[in-house]
Amino acid sequence: MEDHVLEVRHLGKTFGKNVVLRDIDFTVNTGDVTCIIGASGSGKSTLLRCINLLETPTCGEILHHGRSIMDKGFNPSKYRAKVGMVFQSFNLFNNMTVLQNCMIGLTKVLGVKKETAKKTAMFYLEKVGMAPYIHVKPRQISGGQKQRVAIARALAMEPEVLLFDEPTSALDPQMVGEVLEVMRTLAKEGLTMLVVTHEMAFARDVSSHVVFMADGVICEEGTPQQIFEAPQHERTREFLQRFRNN
Amino acid sequence: MPQTFGEKILYILQNYGMTFLRGAGVTMLIAVVSTFIGCIIGFLVGIVQTIPTDRSKNPVKWALLGLVRIILNIYVEVFRGTPMMVQAMFIYYGAAMLFHINMDMWTAAFFIVSINTGAYMAETVRGGILSIDSGQTEGAKAIGMNHFQTMVHVVLPQALRNIMPQIGNNLIINIKDTCVLTVIGTVELFYSSKSVAGAYYWYFESFTIAMVVYFILTFLCSRLLRLLESKMDGPESYDLATSDTLAHTSGMTRFSEDPDKDPKVDRFFSTRGDM
Ligand SMILES: Nc1ncnc2c1ncn2[C@@H]1O[C@H](COP(=O)(O)OP(=O)(O)OP(=O)(O)O)[C@@H](O)[C@H]1O
Ligand SMILES: [Mg+2]
Repeated sequence: MEDHVLEVRHLGKTFGKNVVLRDIDFTVNTGDVTCIIGASGSGKSTLLRCINLLETPTCGEILHHGRSIMDKGFNPSKYRAKVGMVFQSFNLFNNMTVLQNCMIGLTKVLGVKKETAKKTAMFYLEKVGMAPYIHVKPRQISGGQKQRVAIARALAMEPEVLLFDEPTSALDPQMVGEVLEVMRTLAKEGLTMLVVTHEMAFARDVSSHVVFMADGVICEEGTPQQIFEAPQHERTREFLQRFRNN
Repeated sequence: MPQTFGEKILYILQNYGMTFLRGAGVTMLIAVVSTFIGCIIGFLVGIVQTIPTDRSKNPVKWALLGLVRIILNIYVEVFRGTPMMVQAMFIYYGAAMLFHINMDMWTAAFFIVSINTGAYMAETVRGGILSIDSGQTEGAKAIGMNHFQTMVHVVLPQALRNIMPQIGNNLIINIKDTCVLTVIGTVELFYSSKSVAGAYYWYFESFTIAMVVYFILTFLCSRLLRLLESKMDGPESYDLATSDTLAHTSGMTRFSEDPDKDPKVDRFFSTRGDM
């Protein structure tokens, strides 16, 4: 039997009267790189935020290894330590150095000893090429560098799955490359990732599964070949056409 | 007997220098300690005011917190909305009348100034907490921190840094405003100046000295706090041990104008181009 890290079942989310997600259904298996694509406002961020419990789903279920994360008595902090998230706006802690940013979760959430935490943090900071900057504060580095630190911070928790919400959308074009480079490496190494992105080349080349969302529903999903080379839906074709023309 | 302005000042300094110094010491002690305690009160109230509650998830906690918040709001409004001099009289004589507590001068002074500063700081801290970008909280939650950990490690240190100027402001106000405590007999700088002035009827000379001493105290404090602020910020520039291998493109090293010269950029643009 395959191990489902995450199963999203008939998920719905409304803000007041505004229906943002409807009947979302998909599965993330260990080792999958799933890319979620879709137009602005289609609910991609809301979906990731529901999965990480930053928003409370209105209906449906999200299962983590078969256990509902919306159950009473479910510990969201423990769950979030296993399901990492990388944000569009980096969200590095401004009061800490790069190294402290990567250590705080280990020491305070996982209860790891300081020396061990430092080793782990350094390992991942080296992986993203940010080891030279360990004593620097976030305000002193560029956007691309911030995002790489944010990825290292998430990786340091050694999560089962890492969620990315448009990790390169707030970056200047020159900096997009360095972040995508890191993400490609992680994908190659077998990290389970769920990535919301507007980088179609990345989605096509790196992902094992692509989900296309439109107006709060999953319009089409499949392998990158299926979605990019033979899209079935008119909406998908239209959406991809716009990217080709750019 | 000294006749001119200068002679009188000199005479006062020679004979009553210690009185002024002791007065200044009392003023500083009350101002510093009370600002500190006031900050603690302010942080506690501000933290309680910003605890997130969900009525549907935990109605008992929600109701309890609601009640506590109403009481705290009353405290803040009452103490911000009445003069400290009146509060001093009210509390000092009220405690004696109603509860038969005879506060000594020190307890009364610390209590009144602290509780007053706390009322002001509560709103400042609440504002400071709310001004921290929600991304900071979400970043903390995303690595599994609970509300308490998020506050202690992420939000409060940043809020504290942001409200440092307000804390400095409060300290300076407290240095000046301890003079209202003369109404309950606290022998601080104003009281000392007044007694020296009264002994010789040299009001102008005596209060000239008081002006200068008050100014030195507040000016020193404001400079010291600035120093503390820049210390909290840490150094502006930094040296790197080695170079950042991925930063071809991030502006730390020169970005090559010609994409053909940078293989990574080249690969990236070509994959995008042939979509
Ligand atoms: N807190 C909120 N309250 C009300 N409506 C919201 C809230 N958050 C999001 N929405 C609405 O939900 C819809 C989907 O938003 P979402 O941010 O998930 O889109 P997205 O697909 O991530 O778009 P983008 O590509 O621009 O990031 C939008 O119409 C937005 O207005
Ligand atoms: Mg979004």
